[in-house]
Amino acid sequence: MRGGSPKILLTGALLLLAVLAPYALYPVFLMKVLCFALFACAFNLLIGFAGLLSFGHAAFFGGAAYVAAHVVKEWGWSPEAGLLTATAAAGGMGLVFGLLAIRRQGIYFAMITLALSQMIFFLALQLPFTHGEDGIQAVPRGHLFGLFDLSQPLTMYYTVLAIFLGGFALIWRAVHSPFGQVLKAIRENEPRAVSLGYRTERYKLLAFVLSASLAGLAGGTKALVFQLASLTDVTWQMSGEVVLMTLLGGMGTLLGPVVGAAIVVTLESYLAATSLPVPVVIGAIFVVCVLVFRRGIVGELLHRLPGKGKR
Amino acid sequence: MSQLLGIPPQALFGQLLLGLINGSFYALLSLGLAVIFGMLNVVNMAHGALYMVGAFVAWLLLTYAGVGYWGALVLAPLAVGLVGLALERTLLRRLYKVDHLYGLLLTFGLALIFEGAFRHHYGVSGQPYPIPDLLRGGTNLGFMYLPTYRGWVVAASLLVCLGTWFAIERTRLGAYLRAATENPTLVQAFGINVPVMVSLTYGFGVALAGLAGVLAAPIYQVSPMMGSNLIIVVFAVVVIGGMGSILGAIVTGLGLGLLEGLTKVFYPEASNIVVFVIMAVVLMVKPAGLFGRER
Repeated sequence: MRGGSPKILLTGALLLLAVLAPYALYPVFLMKVLCFALFACAFNLLIGFAGLLSFGHAAFFGGAAYVAAHVVKEWGWSPEAGLLTATAAAGGMGLVFGLLAIRRQGIYFAMITLALSQMIFFLALQLPFTHGEDGIQAVPRGHLFGLFDLSQPLTMYYTVLAIFLGGFALIWRAVHSPFGQVLKAIRENEPRAVSLGYRTERYKLLAFVLSASLAGLAGGTKALVFQLASLTDVTWQMSGEVVLMTLLGGMGTLLGPVVGAAIVVTLESYLAATSLPVPVVIGAIFVVCVLVFRRGIVGELLHRLPGKGKR
Repeated sequence: MSQLLGIPPQALFGQLLLGLINGSFYALLSLGLAVIFGMLNVVNMAHGALYMVGAFVAWLLLTYAGVGYWGALVLAPLAVGLVGLALERTLLRRLYKVDHLYGLLLTFGLALIFEGAFRHHYGVSGQPYPIPDLLRGGTNLGFMYLPTYRGWVVAASLLVCLGTWFAIERTRLGAYLRAATENPTLVQAFGINVPVMVSLTYGFGVALAGLAGVLAAPIYQVSPMMGSNLIIVVFAVVVIGGMGSILGAIVTGLGLGLLEGLTKVFYPEASNIVVFVIMAVVLMVKPAGLFGRER
C-alpha cells in the first residue's frame, strides 16, 4: 500500500484526538458517538463490503442492549460478562436472521430483515423482562474486571473507546483479509464469485453474523453508558438511522460510518434544543444524500484525492 | 351452540371480522406496493406515510372545509395521488439508473419527512373522525353483530382490489403496463409513452394508499404514526405473497388479516408477531413467496 507514513500519521493524530477529547467535550456525548460509530461500522461491513442492505440492524443493537441490561442488573453479572453475553446473543440472532434473509437478495433482503427486526420490537414490547414502555432502567455500570470503577465518567469513556477500537480493528482486519476480498467479489458480481468456486452463501452468512455481533456489542455498551435499555433502540426507525449514518459518511469506506455517526449524533443533540422537528431534518438529509451525494463525505474525499479511489 | 372450539362465537366472529378489516387494509396497501414495484422497481417505504396523509387529508377536509366522508373518499386519494405524481417526477425519476436500493432509501427519507412534519403539527395523540351517517348502526346476523361501517370497508376494499386486478390483468391498458414492466424500451418503440405511464402508476399506487387512509379514518384514530407500524406488516405480507403478483397481494393480505384475528382469539400474545413467523416459515419453504416467481 502506497503512502504508508501519512496513513500512520493520520491514525496517530486521530487516536490522540480520541484520547484527549473528553477533556474538551462532554464524555457522555462522546460515548454516544462511539457507540453509534461502532454500530454504523458493523452495519457498513454488510452494506459496504458485501453489498447487503440490512434494514433490521436495530434488532441486534437494541436487542443486545436489553440482554446486557438484564444480565448486569437482574443477574448481577460483571460488565464484561454482560457485554460478552449481549454480543453472543446478537450473534445468535444474526445467525437465525441471516439464515432466513440470505435466501433472497437486494430489496427483498432489506424487507425481510426489516420484518424480522419488527418481530424483535414486538417481543421487546411484550416480554415481561423488558418492562415494556419503561425499558430496563438504572442499570449498574459496575467494575470492569472487578478493578476499574465504571461509574467514573473518564474510566467509562476509555473503556468505550477501547471497545470501539477493538471492534474497528476487527472490522479492518476482516476487510483486509482474503475473507474481505471474497465479500467484495460478492458485492461486485455474485454469480462470478459463485463460478469461481466460492460458496457465497457461507461468506454472506458469516459477514451477517459478524456484523450482528458487533452491532450487539455496540448496543450492549450503550446500555451500560446510559444505564438504560429502551424501545427506541429496537424500532425500525433506528435501523434507518444507522443506514443514514453510513450513507452520509460513505458506504464501503472504513472511516465513513464513524464520521456519519458523529455528524448525525451531533445534529440530533443540537436539534433537540431547537424547535425544528428532528425526523424532518434527518429525512431531508436522507433524500439529499440519496439524490446527489451517494458517495458520502469520506467517499467523496477519497474520490477527489489524486490517484486514490479511482478503481 | 354456545361455544365454538371453546370460544363464545360472538368473540370468535368479532375477531374474525376485525381480522378481515385489517386484512382489507393489508390487501389495499400491498396491492399498491405491488403495482409500484412492478413498474418502477421501487419498494415504496413512504407507502405507510402516504396512507397516513390520506387519512389526514380526510380529517382536514372535514375540519377546515366542511367536506364530509363521501367527498373525502374521492378528494383524498386524488390529493395523495398528485403528491405521488410530484414526488415521482421530481425525485424518484432520478434514481432509475442506479441500484434499486436507493429508491428504498429515498422513500424512507420521504416517510420520515411526512411523519415528522405531521407529528410536529398535530402531536402523537390521534384525532377522531366520525362515521358517516349513512353507514352508522349495524345488523344482527344472528351469530354476530356486524357494524355497517366495518362491512362497508371490507366490501369497498374488496371491490377496489378486484377492480385493480381486472384492470391490470384483463384490459388493454393493463396489457401495456405489464408489457412495459417486462421490456420498457420495446414498448416505448411502439409509441407508448412509458415515462408518463410510470408516473401515473406511482400516482395510482399511492392513491390506493390514500384511499385506504380515508377508509381507516373512522375506525382508527387519525394519527401521524398510524402508517409506520402497519407498513412493516404490509412488507411481510408482500414477502409472503411474492412481490410480482397482484393476486398474491390481495389473497395474502386478506388471509393474513384473518389469521391474525384467529391468533387474537386463541393466543393473543402472539397476534403481533404471527405474520412475521409465517413469513419466516414461508421463506424457508418457498423463498420466492407463495405466489411469486423466482427471478
